[in-house]
Amino acid sequence: MTIRPPLGRIAAPVTLRPHLPSSGLVTPSAPFRREGPAKLTGTALYTDDLVFPGAWYGQTIRSTEARARLLGVELDPGFDWTRVVVVTAADIPGANIVNSIQDDQPILAVDEIRHHAEPVALVAAPDRALLREAVAHVALRTSPLQPVFDPLASSQVFAHYDIQTGDVEAALAGAALVVEGEYRVGHQEQLYIENNAMIAVPRDDGGVAVHGSLQCPYYVHKALRRSLLLSDAQAQVIQAETGGGFGGKEEYPSILALHAALLARACARPVRMIYDRHEDIAATTKRHPAIVTYRSGVSADGRLVAQEIEIVMDAGAYCTLSPVVLSRGTLHAGGPYACPNVRIRSRAVATNTPPNGAFRGFGAPQTEFAAEMQVNRIAEALAVSPLELRRRWLYRPGDTTPTGQVLRESVAAEEALERAAEASEFERVRARTAAARTSRVSRGDAADGHLAHGIGLALAWHGAGFTGSGEVHLESVASVELTGDGRIVILVGSTEMGQGTKTIFPQLVAEALGVPMDDVEFAPQDTSIVPDSGPTVASRTAMVVGGLVIGACRRLRAVVEERSGAPFADSYRADAQAHGPTRIDEHFEPYPGVDFDDTTYRGDAYPAFGWASAIAEVDVDLDTGEVAVRSVVAADDVGRVIHPVLAEGQVEGGTLQAVGYATIEEIKLRDGRYLNDRLATYLIPTALDAPRIETILVEAPFSGAPHGAKGIGELPMDVGAPAVVAAIHDATGVWIHDLPASPERILAAMASRDAESQG
Amino acid sequence: MIEPPLVSPDTLSAAYRLLAEAAYRPISGGTDVLVALSGGLGAPPERLLDLWRLDELRGIALDGDALIFGALTTYAEIRRSAVCRDLLPAFVEAAATIGAAQIQNRGTLGGNIANASPAGDMLPVLLATDAVIVAGSVRGERSIPAASFWTGYRQTALAGDEIVVRIRIPLVADRQVRFRKIGTRRAQAISKVVIALSWVSAAPAEPWRSVRLGLGSVAERPIRATATEAFLEGRLPTSDTANTASVRVAAEIEPINDVRSTADYRRAVTGRVLYRLIREAGDW
Ligand SMILES: Cc1cc2nc3c(=O)[nH]c(=O)nc-3n(C[C@H](O)[C@H](O)[C@H](O)COP(=O)(O)OP(=O)(O)OC[C@H]3O[C@@H](n4cnc5c(N)ncnc54)[C@H](O)[C@@H]3O)c2cc1C
Repeated sequence: MTIRPPLGRIAAPVTLRPHLPSSGLVTPSAPFRREGPAKLTGTALYTDDLVFPGAWYGQTIRSTEARARLLGVELDPGFDWTRVVVVTAADIPGANIVNSIQDDQPILAVDEIRHHAEPVALVAAPDRALLREAVAHVALRTSPLQPVFDPLASSQVFAHYDIQTGDVEAALAGAALVVEGEYRVGHQEQLYIENNAMIAVPRDDGGVAVHGSLQCPYYVHKALRRSLLLSDAQAQVIQAETGGGFGGKEEYPSILALHAALLARACARPVRMIYDRHEDIAATTKRHPAIVTYRSGVSADGRLVAQEIEIVMDAGAYCTLSPVVLSRGTLHAGGPYACPNVRIRSRAVATNTPPNGAFRGFGAPQTEFAAEMQVNRIAEALAVSPLELRRRWLYRPGDTTPTGQVLRESVAAEEALERAAEASEFERVRARTAAARTSRVSRGDAADGHLAHGIGLALAWHGAGFTGSGEVHLESVASVELTGDGRIVILVGSTEMGQGTKTIFPQLVAEALGVPMDDVEFAPQDTSIVPDSGPTVASRTAMVVGGLVIGACRRLRAVVEERSGAPFADSYRADAQAHGPTRIDEHFEPYPGVDFDDTTYRGDAYPAFGWASAIAEVDVDLDTGEVAVRSVVAADDVGRVIHPVLAEGQVEGGTLQAVGYATIEEIKLRDGRYLNDRLATYLIPTALDAPRIETILVEAPFSGAPHGAKGIGELPMDVGAPAVVAAIHDATGVWIHDLPASPERILAAMASRDAESQG
Repeated sequence: MIEPPLVSPDTLSAAYRLLAEAAYRPISGGTDVLVALSGGLGAPPERLLDLWRLDELRGIALDGDALIFGALTTYAEIRRSAVCRDLLPAFVEAAATIGAAQIQNRGTLGGNIANASPAGDMLPVLLATDAVIVAGSVRGERSIPAASFWTGYRQTALAGDEIVVRIRIPLVADRQVRFRKIGTRRAQAISKVVIALSWVSAAPAEPWRSVRLGLGSVAERPIRATATEAFLEGRLPTSDTANTASVRVAAEIEPINDVRSTADYRRAVTGRVLYRLIREAGDW
């Protein structure tokens, strides 16, 4: 049952600001979020809020070494094991494999431990005290093996790509200016507000139902079927209210659901597995660290003539989604700039560290950081404004990307750039900061105060939807049903995790059917009820699934209006009475004219791209290297705005996550173990660290989607970090090549610059 | 989380008796104790002795030429205290940097002192102000100068059955106190470096006397940089003074690399911030 407090008691929904044009394709409006009142009043039920009488508590026994031979799981004979259940790999009925791209990751380790905090065994007990006691009596017998931590020293490659166009060698040889750089970015933790959580409940038919915090119900469904040998119906996945995901609940819930389900089978009771923050940070996926080496060539007349890029991503111990993360990183590595000669070689390699996975941006923030650093450094070398240089180089309609994709439509790099530049008065501020820098240098110290102000710019592109032929392979389905009792219900596997799916889909349906939004229901994300609409990832939900929902509505409307001869809104209730339920299943059809060859990496890598620009202003404390990001102007092209308040929320949240990535977020490792695996040591920005964020929503619609929308979630993550690092450079004169641009790195860079200028 | 048994005495003498009888871990606000318990950090205590009901350990009072803080004084109380704001503003400034509102409502000065973290933010201020920590037990009370209270990594001069009952900070005419904390972010951060500097001087043109330099997060315990203090003693806050003092202090400390920062950074920043504080005092 959903609880809907009377909306009349809450202030009226936000009215639109006048600057937002109505698109004609979809009318933007900003109704309250569907699940908002329940979240605000504390009645929303997250996984840990769900009560299952008689449920036991489950826990994972994890490795404490980065690499070792596993000789045995030893249960202390002095402990009474009849009061608890223990599960090892031997108890898995089907494949001991977490379903993903490669069949390499076990649900529970056998023979070899490949990373710290790897699951080896499971224990469940009726209460927490007994569980703690039991866990203390399990020991792992191991003998150490030589681990690999340096990705450059790893010989195990999970995936590699090679994109080539033109002749890079020749172009670099003939270039008037060649700028080289090596950039290193580290892990980033998603830090959703709700930790990973799953409850498995045995079903009467021998199957299992899992309730959890997750992004992709059908990923979990597939994993359960395969390893527990269940039929479609026996495996049931139900999304509970989910407190954020950012990619961190894309693949990880599969292994957690398997753990909970294995324990539930073993004790024939519901089993709760609710991670605490420490376990969540220590064991679950992070953004891939990457090393990007870049050589750019510029001709005597200032054209970008060559880009030679090498990318190494650290996948961690198992493949997970690394091939597709790497693929997106590779395809975006050139940045949004036309260049005739490009070579991008990339590989994702294994190390003995916890596996990395999806995180907002999915490989692109890593490589676009490098791309933007290059452009900003080239601008400095040419002594031209970074804004002016981008004006010359950015993609315009008709340009061709390194995969041979011709950008026919929906190209808004220029608009995003110009609008951000105008709103931030980029050139004016830059002139001021340059003058301040010069006077500081001429006076030989920070005589004008110890704070130095700087402004920095970045531009990015982000492919909308799955990469290459991914959307075709997904075969997504979205349904809209007019029920026998005259209700309109949206049936999709797409999940709400705070980003707004539950609000924008009813908006789209209301508009397509001509009915009030409150008359549109949203079926629960339960695999026994809704179809597989593909995963809720890759900024694809509004564009791809939203498009299918509109398609289903159009067909439903036609069927009803054909039967009734009257407008849908006036006739659908009577139609339901007369004809019973009508359900339309809309299947994904490839976007016309979009074609990609996965083997040669030629063609249309994405049906369309979103475009983003960010301009950051910072104050750097020259005594301590501390950075305060004062403001970010973010212009993001979303195709079409459906809900401006939610869209701005995505930009603000993504920008703040990018500011954290740029300045303070860092995982330190020792012997393959994360040292800062608690909130006391893994720090993200607080409200006091948040800049003033001004969002500009740019609209360059995509004709393949009936509503023109392209998705927005990931765009701001691509531009924030390079903009902030450029601003730090503007303030201090030093380039920080590695993220985060921490005070330690800034002071060290300033010290070595000063030593050089004296020496 | 393991929940050790807990007793909550109503009077200080009852608390002393319990402490004399068995090994109890005192708990005041619990903002350090509970983090350790729920995180499974270190061996859990066998029993907890809740001090929260001991009103004898509360309150901020002016006593002649000293400010007295009960061990249970919270950061919120320090921030709200008018006497404290008037007479020891640097103490209020330091209290305002601790955690955020929830921690300030619950965390206590006595807890910060007894927890003995090298990063405890109040501790350098106590060192710089010649604070005296009063410990109590069934045997009575004794006064321990802040400078000899923290004896090693998370070690204090308290006996097993002693608790901190109050803190006495002498008020000195013409004393200036400056505080600066450097953390990873602007709130809710454990210090990378924390500095409290104090000196006595009646007028800008008068040399500094009774210089104290308390430092946190640069050694295994909160320390005073006595060599740098000795250098600053009797000097004016000139550019030469600032230059030499910043070099001295960087040489005097031996910070480490850890999960929060690097030794190089801590050394450099301690020097630079000291330079900055002297420069601001000299107004040049
Ligand atoms: C989110 C968060 C943020 C924080 N931020 C900061 C910060 O910015 N700066 C900082 O310095 N600290 C910070 N802390 C640490 C903590 O809040 C402080 O150290 C606080 O002062 C501890 O006081 P308490 O009363 O809560 O101590 P408790 O947790 O009750 O006790 C701490 C220790 O002192 C002992 N103890 C307590 N009272 C006495 C007494 N009267 N006599 C003898 N022993 C005693 C206890 O046995 C225990 O060993 C933070 C903690 C959290 C959880």
